[in-house]
Amino acid sequence: MKSKLTALLAGLLFGGGLLISGMTNPAKVIGFLDVFGRWDPSLAFVMIGAIGVHFLALRWILALPRPLLGGAFQRPERSAIDAPLIVGAALFGVGWGLGGVCPGPGIVDAASGSGYAIVFTVAMVLGIVAQQRLLAPPARELTRA
Amino acid sequence: MTTFTPISALLGGALIGLAASLYMLFNGKIAGVSGILADVVKPRESDRSLPLYFLGGLLLSGVIARLVFPSALPSITPSLAVGGVAGLLVGFGTRLGSGCTSGHGVCGLSRLSTRSLAATLTFMGAGVATVGVVRALGGGL
Repeated sequence: MKSKLTALLAGLLFGGGLLISGMTNPAKVIGFLDVFGRWDPSLAFVMIGAIGVHFLALRWILALPRPLLGGAFQRPERSAIDAPLIVGAALFGVGWGLGGVCPGPGIVDAASGSGYAIVFTVAMVLGIVAQQRLLAPPARELTRA
Repeated sequence: MTTFTPISALLGGALIGLAASLYMLFNGKIAGVSGILADVVKPRESDRSLPLYFLGGLLLSGVIARLVFPSALPSITPSLAVGGVAGLLVGFGTRLGSGCTSGHGVCGLSRLSTRSLAATLTFMGAGVATVGVVRALGGGL
């Protein structure tokens, strides 16, 4: 129960941060990517604030034996810079530039009732399902084999 | 277009960093939104309650914003058709590339991951190029 509450709180604060920083406004995100036009550097400051806090906190958190509510710390599964990473990031970047929305803001805006964000988020889920069906090996078959 | 807002950007960013830190401190989980969404759609582990509750918190922030902070919500947007194409690319691309602005950009860079740095430079470069092309073709907001 406690772990569900902290997950909910983390999601709520994360969404609050996106809203306060202006990142839930697609025009602001496109303004950041419009380097050769009328550039709005705000998104860079969002990254500086987020990474600054998280970098310092991780020094301390990851020195603990385990998370406060038990279990183990999730570690990134891969470290190689490979073709799926670069191709996937490039496809994401094109979509990000077209729509001005990345996954977090899309979900927050959709919940606020924005029709644009609802269309974006439904399409994003379809994109995730497509990737899982087409490219990700089904986990169950792997364990059975 | 939009104006530069360094103070609210830094404050909001710090809150995002705090949220990611709390999720790691208490739950031991990486706050990458595309991965969290993918885990809700099709869980890699048997227990999908944590990503589900994190997602619930995100949704709750949007519902609250509609009531108390409507100025932060989208006003001028690209067309719905563009939103649909963008969503497909973002969903497919973030899963193929194992992360988005939060997973690679915030969490990965905070871990000094070169893999996340490569991903972040790639999606930012692709985003800048895309906005440049859209502008050159006479589109954009």
